[in-house]
Amino acid sequence: MIGDQTKPEDFKNERGGDHSHIKGWGIDRDPKNDPTYPMKHRTDEEIEGYTWERPEQQPVNIEVLHSVERPNIPAVFGTAQPPEGLSGAIRRFAFKYSESSYGRWLPLVMADRIGEIEGIVDDLKKGHIPNLFAEHGLKSEWKYNRKKFVLKSAVTAAALAGVLLFLTRDKKD
Amino acid sequence: MLAMNYRGPFRIRADRDRPFPEIEHPEDAIVKVTRSCICGSDLHLYHGLVPDTRVGTTFGHEFIGEVVDVGSSVTKVKVGDQVMVPFNIACGKCAFCKQEMYGMCHEANPQSTAAGGIFGYSHTTGGYHGGQAEYVRVPYANVGPTVIPDWMDPDDAVLLTDVVPTGYQAAEMGGIQEGDTVVVFGAGPIGIMAAKSAWLFGAGRVIVIDKLDYRLEFVKDFAQCEVYNFTALEDPVVFIKKITDSLGADVCIDAVGAEAAGDTMNTMLGRKLLMQGGSTTALHWAINSVKKGGIVSIVGVYGPIDALVPIGNVVNKGITIRASQASVKRLLPKMIEHVKSGTIKPKEMITHRIPLEEVAEGYHIFSNKLDNCIKTVLIPPSA
Repeated sequence: MIGDQTKPEDFKNERGGDHSHIKGWGIDRDPKNDPTYPMKHRTDEEIEGYTWERPEQQPVNIEVLHSVERPNIPAVFGTAQPPEGLSGAIRRFAFKYSESSYGRWLPLVMADRIGEIEGIVDDLKKGHIPNLFAEHGLKSEWKYNRKKFVLKSAVTAAALAGVLLFLTRDKKD
Repeated sequence: MLAMNYRGPFRIRADRDRPFPEIEHPEDAIVKVTRSCICGSDLHLYHGLVPDTRVGTTFGHEFIGEVVDVGSSVTKVKVGDQVMVPFNIACGKCAFCKQEMYGMCHEANPQSTAAGGIFGYSHTTGGYHGGQAEYVRVPYANVGPTVIPDWMDPDDAVLLTDVVPTGYQAAEMGGIQEGDTVVVFGAGPIGIMAAKSAWLFGAGRVIVIDKLDYRLEFVKDFAQCEVYNFTALEDPVVFIKKITDSLGADVCIDAVGAEAAGDTMNTMLGRKLLMQGGSTTALHWAINSVKKGGIVSIVGVYGPIDALVPIGNVVNKGITIRASQASVKRLLPKMIEHVKSGTIKPKEMITHRIPLEEVAEGYHIFSNKLDNCIKTVLIPPSA
């Protein structure tokens, strides 16, 4: 690796250099590639506004939160995990705000964290005890990064032991 | 069916009792997944950085498979077709699709007008389950899914659904002119493909910056470029100026996004405290390393909230910033051509093939860069 001690004169930019050893060099070069192309193939569509022939509407059989920046629900949408519980109530609140507002995004982050707790409760209700070792993929940590695994385990065990000792101390002392 | 199930940051599992997807719209198809990938941007979800990532969601936006059912209006693919499915869900009819900006379809995402619809990428991109499963619902099947040519290896095909076109578009948006010096920040799969693609546009010099030696060694061979480890540099921006005749690079590409390392303040604000839409270190370096009047191309993924960038330098240097989710459908024909000619060999990036049942291990390995991981493919048991 080259470090910070490199001198500028060690390098030269190579315009017109020989790149014949690189397969495909220059085959897609395009001198007309200006800052609006290729992201946009210009048409008059936008000038006409929200007037395109819309695809058929997917039936709305679940609660779909939609941005206040659009007038409707798009023709198709995902049906994964409709809002429910406390996290769902927070999401409904968040969707009252626009995408340019912290009022939209910060409550959603909070709802995600509450959703995690709701997920654990839901698992327990179904008789499923989450296997945190497996869910964190720690088998691979043991396999490929054993030193760090042992160190982290030791620190965690020490911290837990400390908390346990603190909680079970004789309060008369 | 078996599918990945998100339970919270750093916690996922494969559950066998997930419901089968159903046709919910006449243009839907159901695809039996034969391969799916874990993308670097999936790690943003896995790390809890993307708002509205709901527990119970199945991730996965890079996948291929066999069509097993179609809605009444589907005419472009049929049951039995082997298809690659672009990560963008696009209607093909809205003003943005008609301009070939398939990553910004206005008919696929209720939750956000900024983002289009993406498979398995939180409710911020539409609330769809993704392809890290045995089966997946694919909306707008007349638009996105593309039949895999007989001669194409499925390992190449699955990488054409996101990483290859995204890396290619990063270079394309750079407006690279013959002889230009291009600096790519990030040697993950997208950065690797961006570096490779920069040559196709006639770059004179391609430089990749990262902190992981094994990835730098890989990209040096794969993309025949210069590589530097920023942890060995006192200041990466000063270093790039030094090695580019003191003026800076013509084009800088941010192929890192929200989880960039290298700056404590950005790491704390963006990755630990979630007070901005990700750590913007790579973008800072790109803006400050590019030549006056140069172009910064962003394909690294950031969250939807504000993020700190040196906008004053953008103004003073007259920089053009170009950024987008890749328009996979637009680019697929060219990518297929490049794979056929041997110009691009995507499958060489695959380092890990993991059964879908062990998806949690796959994420942990990729997230922690264990076992020299570059690209992980998940294989469902029914594939």
